[in-house]
Amino acid sequence: MTTTSQEVERTKQRGQVSQAHLFRLVNRVRELGLLIVLLLIILIVGIQAPRFLSIDNFEQILLSVAILAIVALGETLVVLTRNVDLSVGSMVGVTAFVTAYFFKQLPQSNLLLGILLGCALGLVLGMVNGLIVSFGRVPAIVATLGTLYVYRALVFIVAAHTTLQVNASDVPASYLALATTQIFGIPALILIAAIIAIIVGYFLHASQSGRQLYAVGSNPEAANIIGIRRDRLVFAAFAASGLLCGLAGVLWGARFATVDATDATGLELQVIAAVVVGGVNIFGGSGTILGVVLGAIVLGTLQNGLNILNISQFWLQAMYGAAIIGAVVLDAFITRWVQRTILSRRKKA
Amino acid sequence: MTNPPEPIVELRGIAKHFGGVQALRGVDFSLFPGEVHALVGENGAGKSTLVKILAGIYRPDAGVVKVGGEVVELRSPTQAQALGIAVVQQEPMLFPDLDVAENVFMGRHPRDRFGRVDWKRMYREVDQLLASLDVSLSSHTPVQGLSVAEQQLVEIAKALSLQARVLVLDEPTAALSVHEVEELFDIVKQLCERGVAVLFVSHRLEEVFKIADRLTVLRDGTHIITAPVSEMHTEEIIKHMVGRELSNLFPKGEAEIGEVVLEVRHLTRPGVFADVSFQLRRGEILGFAGLVGAGRTEVARVLFGIDRAESGETWLKGKKVRIRSPQHAMDYGIAYVPEDRHQHGLVMNFSIAANVTLAILQQVSRLGLLDPRREQKIAGEYSSQLRIRSAGVEQLVNALSGGNQQKVVLSKWLATNPAVLILDEPTRGIDVGAKAEVHRIISDLAARGLAIILISSELPEVLAMADRVIVLHEGRVTGTFARSEATQERVMFAATGQDR
Repeated sequence: MTTTSQEVERTKQRGQVSQAHLFRLVNRVRELGLLIVLLLIILIVGIQAPRFLSIDNFEQILLSVAILAIVALGETLVVLTRNVDLSVGSMVGVTAFVTAYFFKQLPQSNLLLGILLGCALGLVLGMVNGLIVSFGRVPAIVATLGTLYVYRALVFIVAAHTTLQVNASDVPASYLALATTQIFGIPALILIAAIIAIIVGYFLHASQSGRQLYAVGSNPEAANIIGIRRDRLVFAAFAASGLLCGLAGVLWGARFATVDATDATGLELQVIAAVVVGGVNIFGGSGTILGVVLGAIVLGTLQNGLNILNISQFWLQAMYGAAIIGAVVLDAFITRWVQRTILSRRKKA
Repeated sequence: MTNPPEPIVELRGIAKHFGGVQALRGVDFSLFPGEVHALVGENGAGKSTLVKILAGIYRPDAGVVKVGGEVVELRSPTQAQALGIAVVQQEPMLFPDLDVAENVFMGRHPRDRFGRVDWKRMYREVDQLLASLDVSLSSHTPVQGLSVAEQQLVEIAKALSLQARVLVLDEPTAALSVHEVEELFDIVKQLCERGVAVLFVSHRLEEVFKIADRLTVLRDGTHIITAPVSEMHTEEIIKHMVGRELSNLFPKGEAEIGEVVLEVRHLTRPGVFADVSFQLRRGEILGFAGLVGAGRTEVARVLFGIDRAESGETWLKGKKVRIRSPQHAMDYGIAYVPEDRHQHGLVMNFSIAANVTLAILQQVSRLGLLDPRREQKIAGEYSSQLRIRSAGVEQLVNALSGGNQQKVVLSKWLATNPAVLILDEPTRGIDVGAKAEVHRIISDLAARGLAIILISSELPEVLAMADRVIVLHEGRVTGTFARSEATQERVMFAATGQDR
């Protein structure tokens, strides 16, 4: 009797250990899978069009991904809490236009002041989203669909009363330099995005609030019972998303130099695509920053590669869509596979 | 054992009501360090309410709660936790996406001097906790995929990390295997040796005898008795548990009992119920008694084609049938009125007429389009037959009282003209007057020749209404009683799995 129960214990123990391994493996596999997809894209496009493989082109890809990634990092915080922010494109549009207009009107003003203005504006817009969702109890998808239109209308109103378009020649060179400066040979834009990714990743990993974001998304009721203030966390996530959109807007204006009221329209779809492809569960509770960054890079590389291969925009859209669905299907498949594996191990034990 | 003079938790005159239902009436209760105190009682006796008051989820209407000799107000689960009261729910509330260690420490991660989460220390501490409980669970394992028993262990580890002085286990063994129950009991004993007070809520009396030092019986929200387990025996406990008033019931009237309509032989759905056999006759009411989780609803779901049985036979009017879906069951003349009216029975923002005719759209349509006049005519017939009180059949059902809503659900199924009617807790949550009316309707239906299965957790209701009573305990039939032999004691004996 004792020997058999000991044996049972031992098999169980082995089962437990390998289970933990299995899960860590799966988490890595998801990021590994993205890496493999990335390499495949590079390989296939590279064979067809060798100029795709130049350092310059990779820099171009990362430059095009940088702003998207910053917005996606904010979106990730929101999605982790089992919410979604559809207004990100409009928030980037508002801040890009307002910041560019600010520099046009006050070309002598301090660069930092303009950056802070853009970030502050984004923060306020994000806080409005947060208030409506967490204290107004409006479902996030509805609330931010509403603000998507309201914020976009805001840009049009501002534009109608000021200027329809801010041109590169209107703003000081120091502002445009934000996007073109290189530090240690790396474009500042890419560095900024990388730093933000590290900060957000570190926050999610090492701070109490970061961990609680996962808890709230994973099981809101259980979070409530142990006294986690869900309202505050959700509010903070939306505010952070707005802040990062503000920063992204400032950079947008610097990068594209010519800004009008329609800029960044539809950006939210690319952002959510990057988040989902990056392995963040759309129902909250799980996902990593590394995954989201890779997700953004995969989509950016895909876009660049298809452009280089001269594939039409229509196909590009289809590829995008296929990538999103593929990611979610893969995710569901992996989850089910893990559960089945564990179940069968359990039965054997 | 000798109790120290000071109880760790003391309840005095606790009362709580929900709507018109008095869940607890002036309950006194105390819990001493190092004891396992069992809390037993029928369904609806008030056990869960008491547990939720201790957990800080409900606040009592009246009464005093003392913890460690001091009067406290348990305003929230966090506050109860801070006072050292930890509750392990039957289905633990955990974060599936996170690992064991984070589930133990969520909301109060160990942190280093910079305020960062100290992952190493967290894993080390949780591994130590789990080792001290002598369980082989890794702190790195994600909770997703853990068995219920393992999830309870995570909750217990959490309680220990909180230095809980009181551990409440709410029906912890319901979902556990025999071996897992033994492991749990070893841990409970170990905790008691450390001076933790354990409140063990269960309706498995054999487990109460095995683990508990003292026991308290609740009945109808009233404290009946508290005594050392060693001085009690099963018959006595059951006598205290049952014996509710038989007021406001409408006993079944005379009905001619005819031929067998439905027969079930050795129906088995592994892990849920096994070897269930019975016959149901025309005009008969067959009561399904048992405690929550005994498998009564699960049998009904199989009969109605929602779930499938793995083995066993179902015979309808002498023909062997396989019921593959609810539509199929309806074609065979089986109707099932589920327990949760809101979720399964009614479309709340539809009118009475639309709800009543929902299952017979074919009959009220002409050329594929609904004919409102036919709809209203049929709904009107049932409305007057069952005395649905409303402003008219076009009234939305969410404006009706619980009793009238239940009549709408009944009408919907009667409109399908069934031969077999399965009623799952038909009077739960409706007021006393409406209850008697629902009973009268059920009785009338039987008199008209319907064969009825009545699932009810209220023993007096089953005993008053049923011609025969089948008792289930953990998925097995543990007793069958004719109306004349069925007493509350006998049925409860079978429902708690006692052999006699």
